[in-house]
Amino acid sequence: MSTPVSIGDGVETPREPGGARMIATLALAGLISGVAIVGVYELTLPTILANRARALKAAVLQVVPGSQTMKPFTLDGGALVEATDDTPVEERIYAAYDEGGNLLGYAIPGEGNGFQDVIELIYGYDPKERKIVGLQVLESRETPGLGDKIRKDAAFVANFDDLSVDPEVVVVKNSHKTKGNEVDAITGATISSKAVVKILNVTNDRWLSHLGEK
Amino acid sequence: MAERDGGDIYREFAKGLWKENPVFVQVLGMCPMLAVTNSAINAVAMAAATMFVLVGSSFLVSLLRKVIPKQVRISTYIIIIATFVTLADFTLQALSPSVHKELGAFIALIVVNCLILGRQEAFASRNGVLLSVLDALGMSFGFAIALLCLGSLREILGSGSIFGFSLCGPHFEPWVVMILPPGGFFMLGAILLFFGWWKEMKAKRRDSVTGRVA
Repeated sequence: MSTPVSIGDGVETPREPGGARMIATLALAGLISGVAIVGVYELTLPTILANRARALKAAVLQVVPGSQTMKPFTLDGGALVEATDDTPVEERIYAAYDEGGNLLGYAIPGEGNGFQDVIELIYGYDPKERKIVGLQVLESRETPGLGDKIRKDAAFVANFDDLSVDPEVVVVKNSHKTKGNEVDAITGATISSKAVVKILNVTNDRWLSHLGEK
Repeated sequence: MAERDGGDIYREFAKGLWKENPVFVQVLGMCPMLAVTNSAINAVAMAAATMFVLVGSSFLVSLLRKVIPKQVRISTYIIIIATFVTLADFTLQALSPSVHKELGAFIALIVVNCLILGRQEAFASRNGVLLSVLDALGMSFGFAIALLCLGSLREILGSGSIFGFSLCGPHFEPWVVMILPPGGFFMLGAILLFFGWWKEMKAKRRDSVTGRVA
C-alpha cells in the first residue's frame, strides 16, 4: 500500500519552474475561480432574493393577525410615504391589510443587542388600539435552552399578542404580569427578555408618533 | 503510480470510513465537528457541504497535480477549496435558507477544515483522479458518520428529539448542556475514550490469542 503520510515532499517536479509560470498558475486559478463564483452567484441570486422576500412576507402576515397583503412604507421628512425600491431595508416598515384592503396594522422591524450578538425581530402594531399584536424573532444567537426561548417559548411569545405600548413596555419577573403593558420575563433568561423589550421601546419611539390612523 | 487492482480501489474508499476515520482516528476537522453537531439535521447539512468541497477539490487537485508548480501548490489548493466553499455557500442559501441560517459562518469556515487541505496534500496531489475521488468520498463519509453520531447523541440528550421528532415526550427535562459547546467536548471526549478502550481491548484479545497458539 502506498499512502504517503509525510507532508511537504514527494511531489514529482523534475526541475525548478520559473517565476512567470508560478504567477501564471495562480493568476489562472484565480481567474477561473472568479468566473465560477460569479456564475453561481448570478444563478442562485434570484432564488435567494425570492426566499428572503417570501420569509419577510410570511413574517409580516404572521405578526399582524388576519392580514392578507402588505406594502412597504418609509418616513420622508416626518411623513409616511410608500417605500421605493431604493429605500434601504432598515428604513422600511410594512403596512398590512385584510382582503378588503382595510389597514389592520403595521409590521415594524427592529434590532438591538441581546445577550449574545444582535437580535433582529419584527412585530405587529395596531395604531387604533395602540397595541402590539404579534412578534417574531427573525435572527438571534441567544444561548440554546435559555435565551433562545425568546423565539421557542410559546408562553413568552404570547406576551406580545395583546400588549399595550403606553406609557412603555416593561418587564416583570416571576410571572407577576398584571397590567396591559407588562411582559413576563423568561426564568433564567432575564437579559434576553429585557433585550427584546428594549428593542420594542426604542423602535416604538422611532415610529409610533408617525403612525396615526390612515 | 503502480497498477491498482479492485481490492486497492475498495481499500482507498473504505479506509476513511473506519480505520482512518478523519474524526475518530485522525482527529481532524474538530472545529466544525464541535460547533455544528448540536442537532442531527445540522450535522447532515455540514457533512454534505464538506463532501461537496472535498470531492470537488480532490478531483481538481488530482487532475492538475502535474501542472501546478510545487512552490505555489498550497496557494493553488486554497484557491480551489475556497471556490468550492463559496459555491456550496450560495447553493445552500438558495436551497435551504433555514439550514443556512443555522450553520451560519461554519459553512464559510469549511475552507480552513484541515481535513480538506490535508487530503489534497497527502493524497490527491500524489494519486490519480479515480483514487483521489474515492479517497475523498471515503473520508467524507467517515466525517459524516462521525458528525451524525455526535449530532444525534447530543440532540437526543440535549433536546430529547432526533431530526426534530420528539422522542421522550413532554415530561423529558432536556440536558441542556449537551447542546451547548461544553456538551460537544464532553461527548467527543466520551466517544474518543470509547474508541481508545475498544482498540486496547482488541489488541489485548489478539495478544492472548497469539499467545495461546504459541
